[in-house]
Amino acid sequence: MTRFATNPSVKALLRQYGGLVIALIALCIFFSYQHNAFFSISNFVKIMLQVTVVAIAAFGMTYVILLGDIDLSVGSMIAVAGMVAAQCFLNGYGFPLSLIITLISGLAMGAINGILVAKLSLPAFIVTLATMGIYRGVVSLPTQGKPARIDDETWYMIGNEGISLQLIGIDFELPYMVILLVVVFAINAVLLSKTVFGRRTYLMGGNREAAIYSGIKVDRIRIVIFMLCGLMAAISGIVLSARLGSAQVNAGQGYELDAIAAAVLGGTSLAGGAGTMVGTLLGAILIGIINNGMSLMNVEYFYQLIAKGIVIILAVYLDVRSKKVHT
Amino acid sequence: MPRSSVLDTGLTGAPIPVKTDKPGKILEIRNLTREFGPVKALRHMNLDVYRGRVHTLLGENGAGKSTLIKILSGLFPQTDGKISFKGEPYAPATPLDARRNGVATIFQELSLSRNLTVAENIYANREPNRFGFIREKTLYDDANRLIAELDLPINVQAKVGDLSMAQRQLVEIAKGLSRPADLVIMDEPTSSLSDNEAELLFAIIERLKARGTAVIYISHRMNEILRISNDITVMRDGEYITTLTREEADINKLIALMVGRPLDNVFPPSISQAPGSDIPPLLEVNNLSAHGFFESVSFAVRPGETLGFFGLVGSGRSDVMKALFGLLPATGKIMVDGTARRITCPSDAIKLSLAFVTENRKEEGLVLSHSVGRNINMVALGSFATGLGFMRSGAERAAALEQIRRLTVKTPSPDFMAGDLSGGNQQKIVLAKWLETKPRILVLDEPTRGVDVGAKFEIYKMIRELAASGTAILLVSSELPEVLGLSDRVVVMHKKRIAADLPASNLTQEQVMTHAAGVAND
Repeated sequence: MTRFATNPSVKALLRQYGGLVIALIALCIFFSYQHNAFFSISNFVKIMLQVTVVAIAAFGMTYVILLGDIDLSVGSMIAVAGMVAAQCFLNGYGFPLSLIITLISGLAMGAINGILVAKLSLPAFIVTLATMGIYRGVVSLPTQGKPARIDDETWYMIGNEGISLQLIGIDFELPYMVILLVVVFAINAVLLSKTVFGRRTYLMGGNREAAIYSGIKVDRIRIVIFMLCGLMAAISGIVLSARLGSAQVNAGQGYELDAIAAAVLGGTSLAGGAGTMVGTLLGAILIGIINNGMSLMNVEYFYQLIAKGIVIILAVYLDVRSKKVHT
Repeated sequence: MPRSSVLDTGLTGAPIPVKTDKPGKILEIRNLTREFGPVKALRHMNLDVYRGRVHTLLGENGAGKSTLIKILSGLFPQTDGKISFKGEPYAPATPLDARRNGVATIFQELSLSRNLTVAENIYANREPNRFGFIREKTLYDDANRLIAELDLPINVQAKVGDLSMAQRQLVEIAKGLSRPADLVIMDEPTSSLSDNEAELLFAIIERLKARGTAVIYISHRMNEILRISNDITVMRDGEYITTLTREEADINKLIALMVGRPLDNVFPPSISQAPGSDIPPLLEVNNLSAHGFFESVSFAVRPGETLGFFGLVGSGRSDVMKALFGLLPATGKIMVDGTARRITCPSDAIKLSLAFVTENRKEEGLVLSHSVGRNINMVALGSFATGLGFMRSGAERAAALEQIRRLTVKTPSPDFMAGDLSGGNQQKIVLAKWLETKPRILVLDEPTRGVDVGAKFEIYKMIRELAASGTAILLVSSELPEVLGLSDRVVVMHKKRIAADLPASNLTQEQVMTHAAGVAND
């Protein structure tokens, strides 16, 4: 007897993520041969560091794509969150208050997206294309286009420090950012797979008409999900600004596309209704490994872009094909 | 109440008349069969159509009329049998192929682009052009000439999106007739037309006849059928019943032929008494109206009572149920347990213990890509949650298994994808997801459409059990035997209003049909 899809067997897990895991392992082996610095704990920690900002944004994107929608304003929201934090510190608000205000700014931007999409029935693509520009413009308002320094010890610590650990005799530092990534991932994974809210998200993404007839309040869920996406973008913006020690007006530019790529690589269907947080995390790591490995190999940036695009098309094609064969 | 003795004729045996060949025969169909997997949508169909005559196909939903015209217009191939058209074997591979052969079909579903003009729609895909550039003047001149010839009150430069539904239907007709055709097929062309516009259509049909064009006509409206037809072929359950000429036909005879089968033991016996009139109604609807959908609808249903709703397509029955469920804004009064209630969205209705087994399981009922268990628990989700909103997967699974057992859903496990099950089992899942909410008022809209006989019987049994346990049931169906076989009372709708509210005992199909077709004498 098999189990519920929310509680899948090892076989089901393999089927769902097998292709992705194989791709990850193959890339690791390839890069290890190419460069001996690749296969080391310190390099993996570095990869995770590079992955964190996009992965957290991609968790938010996963909810939105699950509904069959899209949020193109994620990169801009990341930048706004950083600037909000910088302005809070400049006004002397202190860490806790600044953190809360920054998170609220993310929720508010997401709410604007969600309300426009759900209540005015505008296509998410158009709404978020517009707010992508608006939010990007808003970033520059307080500084007239200049970056803003963030001078806060705790903020700096989030992005640049960690806990010293020893694993199989090797000392290394586990960055707070990576711990944050794991915590945020766990919360999202549980929210999506174990709660009524998560289930309603899947049902609504799978067949909105049927969800409406079943008494699910689809507008409300849609708004909440865009807010969640804004919240994740804000956390992503906090991490990024903490790492840089400043808020940049062009921070996070193009990250929405990486977030979409991570979610889709992880098996999230653009048509809605299918996808998981585990898949998105694996997708983000895959992109991180490609970036890191090619940088180690000193591949020129423009070649990296071309290679990354090809890998994404290949991975998604293989994924789509394997699922067709199985069902 | 018209109850004529003519009803007995032609019912038994129904021999297939083999007519001698008249001159002017344009279409001859012999033994035509179409199977969809194990389902025979059309069995041994025979049909003769003549030039300059209107041949009407008559039958209930599912009689095979649509299948027949889809084969003739090249939408799908036949499985077996012979068709000859203009003396040649005829098997169109595509709609374009059919059109080239001289068969023009005007479908009920509109195939117009809303953002293009009337003229652009009429000549879609064959615009007059020179080197790929559209010759606007020729396009509009041609369209104007056509519209004038057909005598239609339509501006060819208007955007289709700005026209009324009736005008769009007229444009569709004009499009179908814009190229010379030897056979014109019309599938319920009047269903969205008012009487005035229908007259325009009948005038066009007269002209087609005069020109020697053959017409195959489908409609449910008896009066117009008798007015314009020359020949009438009755079909039932995918089979040819008989062909009458206009002179041989009358309303009672046609209805009797159409309904046909006797009410034999396809329905499980009732296991409870219909509630007496002393019991107060559980649900009462007063003067419910939704502009353009239905007008001043009133009815009441008691606990344990099954109230059948019958009406032809477009009579507004399903819309009443949608309004009851908050899916269609309506004015009027809805009372549950004697208290007036406002229902503005489905969750309001669910809170009042209403359940709505919707008509179209693939679109409104199920999430096909999700598991059986998830679908079953879709509406009652909240009852499987802890205070913090976490799903209790054990309770959820147990409930799904219980529904699967109770409704004998044939699925390997609750994890099986709903989309991979048969229609009958899918329908049981839709039923299960609503039974999971333990409703007191259950609306069933076409609960057995596209369901095999075995599953049908099990669904009927479940309806009986629910009625016996005090559930008030509103049963909407276009299958007349089903409505009569299961209901305590029958509400008949015609042209968006309630035409009759009758006790089901001793009610005949013919009586219901006369009300539904709007030809009742009283």
